[in-house]
Amino acid sequence: MSKKAFLIDISECVGCGACYEACKEQNNLPKTSDDPLRDTLSDKTYTIVEQRGDYYVRVMCKHCEEPTCVSVCPVGAFTKTDIGAVLYDESKCLGCRYCMQACPFQIPRYEWGSLTPRVQKCIMCYDRVREGNLPACAEACPTGATMFGDRDEMIKLAKQKLAENPDKYYQHIYGLEEVGGTSVLYISPVPFEQLGFNTKLIKTALPNFTHEALSKIPTLVTVGGVLLTGFYWLTNRKNEIAREKFEERKNKRGEE
Amino acid sequence: MNRVIERLLKPTFWKVVATVIFILGIYTIYIRFTGGLAAVTNLNDHFPWGLWIGFDILCGVGMAAGGFTLCAIVYIFNIKKFKPIIRPTILTAFLGYLLVILALLIDLGRPWAIWHAIIMWNPRSVMFEVAWCVMLYTTVLFLEFSPVILEKFNVEKILKVIKAITIPLVVIGILLSTLHQSSLGALYLIVPTKMHPLWYSTNLPWFFYLSAIGVGCAMIIFESYLSAKAFKKNLEFELVSDIGRWIVVVMSAYLTWRFMDLLLNDKLNLLFVNSVETYLFWLEILIGAIIPIVLLSQNKIRLNRLGLFISACFVIGGFLLNRLNVSVTSLQATAGVSYFPSVYEIIVTLFLVTIGVVIFNLAVQYLPVYEKTKETIPVEFEIVTDEELRTETIKP
Ligand code: SF4
Ligand code: SF4
Ligand code: SF4
Repeated sequence: MSKKAFLIDISECVGCGACYEACKEQNNLPKTSDDPLRDTLSDKTYTIVEQRGDYYVRVMCKHCEEPTCVSVCPVGAFTKTDIGAVLYDESKCLGCRYCMQACPFQIPRYEWGSLTPRVQKCIMCYDRVREGNLPACAEACPTGATMFGDRDEMIKLAKQKLAENPDKYYQHIYGLEEVGGTSVLYISPVPFEQLGFNTKLIKTALPNFTHEALSKIPTLVTVGGVLLTGFYWLTNRKNEIAREKFEERKNKRGEE
Repeated sequence: MNRVIERLLKPTFWKVVATVIFILGIYTIYIRFTGGLAAVTNLNDHFPWGLWIGFDILCGVGMAAGGFTLCAIVYIFNIKKFKPIIRPTILTAFLGYLLVILALLIDLGRPWAIWHAIIMWNPRSVMFEVAWCVMLYTTVLFLEFSPVILEKFNVEKILKVIKAITIPLVVIGILLSTLHQSSLGALYLIVPTKMHPLWYSTNLPWFFYLSAIGVGCAMIIFESYLSAKAFKKNLEFELVSDIGRWIVVVMSAYLTWRFMDLLLNDKLNLLFVNSVETYLFWLEILIGAIIPIVLLSQNKIRLNRLGLFISACFVIGGFLLNRLNVSVTSLQATAGVSYFPSVYEIIVTLFLVTIGVVIFNLAVQYLPVYEKTKETIPVEFEIVTDEELRTETIKP
């Protein structure tokens, strides 16, 4: 299956919270708040709608193209699937919480009170999408603010919208390039920093930062190993020569 | 035997303190494993790593760096005069790593899965590298320390084997430590957008490595001073004083590099911004680098027992602050919440430190840790200088 993505048009969102309710129902998550607009992400809430100024913004896992969570997990509990969804496997997880520390969007949540805690976040309704359906939240959205489809299509659509209504939209697709691209694309009528988006994110995928350090290890180990052994040999050789000379002279003296 | 037990049981102030901490610690761990992390920690979704990672792990591993530093000095660079303090230093490192593992078992959400790192690989993860380094280096430290135990119980055969592989062990140990110390810094390379720019740097692994060597040296001084007091073992002072000189070199390099890094990345202006971060940064630099460098470069202070000790304490204090700054201070702002460790988190930390101190004490008393055993080192020929050779031959 091809890579999927969300396109979230902030100008269309009315803050009804239908996506919030649909997600709760779809994933059997308990009720955590009466007002969807007041809730926060948690191990029991995968998506929220936040009011920011005059607009409403959906917050959820961005299913990054090069996900930081996937790259940092020591045991590979996170995987980027073929449809683009980033999924978590609790049977592998150690609970080190590096994924939470590293996620540039601060998305993963933890079951802090549990004795078998899991990392929780949006799963892009993996099973539904595999079966050819829309994610529950996208299906529930009454205004078309949350759209879902092939990532290429969504990008095309976003670009088309920006081009057709240059006055209506701020000319940027958030998520197209941020941290190497994500599968949740946003378009907005106002600049993204006004909506509290982190606009300082760099375009390079974050895993590259560690990759550079890690790729030096083999060289470090081999060169280091050779150097250390060499040093040992050198300093030790000096000693041996000293000892030989010493013994030699001692012997000579003995003979005399 | 009876006398031994009697001595162990005789209450002293520190024993009472240790016992109280021990009981509180066990109690806290009990709550941790019956109520989950939420029951004892102030950790939350915005601040997933707290005191246990920042102190117990980052600082614990760093302070164990004396082990590989001294091994390199003695075995690789063949400066044999430091031999008498190698055993206590390796013991500290070994204990340090055991405690780090214990801390991990408490901090991990699913500690029973810790072995997963052995079979489920993700070589792209720094944490994966860290896990392997901890496992391998703890094994190496155990082997390096084992002669002490083997000697005590006179197991000649195994002792011989271990001695035969000393040098390879030392080389592997140094390599693993290098990787491990630096990779703890590399853990944070992935959060360039979250971390305060005063600490974030692509050179973080190097900073961690250098400061670990610095604190490793300081720990050698620190312990020698305390054990000299406690066990009336005086042999090491001149040696230890020399290590003070090395601290000056290492910490000067560290200090220069950190400021160069700020300069090259146009961050110097941040040094004068009025914020908590700036103050803590200066405090860390002052305590951990500037003050000890100034103190230790003066012979008067370096050759004075107390002066040397105090300078070492500065290095250690600054080091601890640095690790806590990296793991807590630098991430507070972007996390959007402030984190301060709970009483329980502090208790567990004290608990671990106490265990370390107690075991070290016991080992020093009942194992041949401080004995000048020549056999531990396979290469036994001291460096004989030409000078000595000459005098030797001239003698009748
Ligand atoms: S948003 Fe965070 S949790 Fe989601 S895929 Fe990206 S890095 Fe992973
Ligand atoms: S908490 Fe679990 S999923 Fe997250 S990085 Fe650690 S082992 Fe991987
Ligand atoms: S994709 Fe599914 S899991 Fe994710 S927010 Fe929408 S409904 Fe929830």
